[in-house]
Amino acid sequence: MTTKPLKLRELAKGEDRFVHGHRMCSGCGAPIVVKQVLMATDYPIVASNATGCLEVSSCIQQFTAWKIPWIHSAFENAAATISGVEAMYKSLVKQGKLEDRNVKFVAFGGDGGTYDIGFQSLSGAMERGHDMLYVCYDNGAYMNTGIQRSSATPFGANTTTCPAGDVIPGKLQQRKDLTKIMAAHGIPYVAQASPANWMDLMKKVQKAFEIKGPKFMNVISPCNRGWRSKTNDAVALARLAVETCYWPLYEIENGVTKITFKPKEKKPLVDFLKPQGRFRHMFNPENEWMLKQAQEYVDNQWERLQKEAAFFGGEEKAEEK
Amino acid sequence: MSKKYWETLPQGSVVLEAGSSAKFKTGGWRSMRPKWIEENCIQCMFCWMYCPDMSVKVTAEGKRAEFDYDYCKGCGICALECPGKKGNKAIVMEEEGK
Ligand code: SF4
Ligand code: SF4
Repeated sequence: MTTKPLKLRELAKGEDRFVHGHRMCSGCGAPIVVKQVLMATDYPIVASNATGCLEVSSCIQQFTAWKIPWIHSAFENAAATISGVEAMYKSLVKQGKLEDRNVKFVAFGGDGGTYDIGFQSLSGAMERGHDMLYVCYDNGAYMNTGIQRSSATPFGANTTTCPAGDVIPGKLQQRKDLTKIMAAHGIPYVAQASPANWMDLMKKVQKAFEIKGPKFMNVISPCNRGWRSKTNDAVALARLAVETCYWPLYEIENGVTKITFKPKEKKPLVDFLKPQGRFRHMFNPENEWMLKQAQEYVDNQWERLQKEAAFFGGEEKAEEK
Repeated sequence: MSKKYWETLPQGSVVLEAGSSAKFKTGGWRSMRPKWIEENCIQCMFCWMYCPDMSVKVTAEGKRAEFDYDYCKGCGICALECPGKKGNKAIVMEEEGK
């Protein structure tokens, strides 16, 4: 199949494979991520979904927002589920019981279902080498159950299980760098994306579908309820995350790191933190050290990423765009 | 939609109709209403791309059409992202019911 051209006017003519009537909160980032992933390709897709906001709100008994075969079984096994579906498909094709239609297998999970609860099944599916794409929509906490911290929650964030108050000033740990952990599995494709940069995201999905084997994408997904921001700023925050280098856009293809978008001017991290109520206490004078520490962490990570990309000559390629 | 009881539901929690959520209208959630000002629209389609609720209709030629108020939840993402023409937004948010 030829790769679909990413022109907005052309894409808009296509049929939605994730439709309205779902019950995600007003202004949620996750449906934007899902629609962009599904829109990037015309291949038939079969998806699994870990328990989470997306799962509970997109399929409520007889009401499903999915126009593709979709399966949910539990919180911890989206990757195991879809790897089983993929193995069955391969077997049926081999036995001549099914015609090979180049079906692509995708798992969607939030950060809770990916970084924490579903991590072992994800790691296993990647190691076994299934031909699948795992997409994590990372909103940085267990939002569906009331904003509990996850290992994706950023340093300093106020959640209901690391509440900012007299005892602690929000989460004291840095977030786990799952994208790098997935890269360490030695799989052929790992990428980080943002729905604000829709073209970059969709190109990565297209690339992933042309590669055989396990692929992983980590996509930032703003949540106005948990981030304590406005209902209209999901895309704006997803953009600021990229422009501050809090959420750099890059890919690691066969071990080669490439930065796919370099902000012209790296914005200070506070631009991303300030509009979010979950970081409000960090702006109190006694917590100045937190802002400093958060900025230093982002600077160090960005510095390292650039060095990695430079090692592979990936920097010049990134500049071309 | 007529009410279904457990005996009439398909076994194994299977949903047989793809995209059936469209039968559930979420427009009633809205407290703010986006208004499209066509003369300021440059047809960039950003509103369509970023709407989390697939509530910007598109013509057969792939051009932007009216909002789908049956589903729009009034988040305002479209209005914030709309570049408009010469700084004049083609989408403004208004209080619902005014
Ligand atoms: S207000 Fe929100 S839900 Fe309504 S059309 Fe705009 S982006 Fe979509
Ligand atoms: S974002 Fe604004 S200018 Fe662009 S198509 Fe939508 S209404 Fe028109």
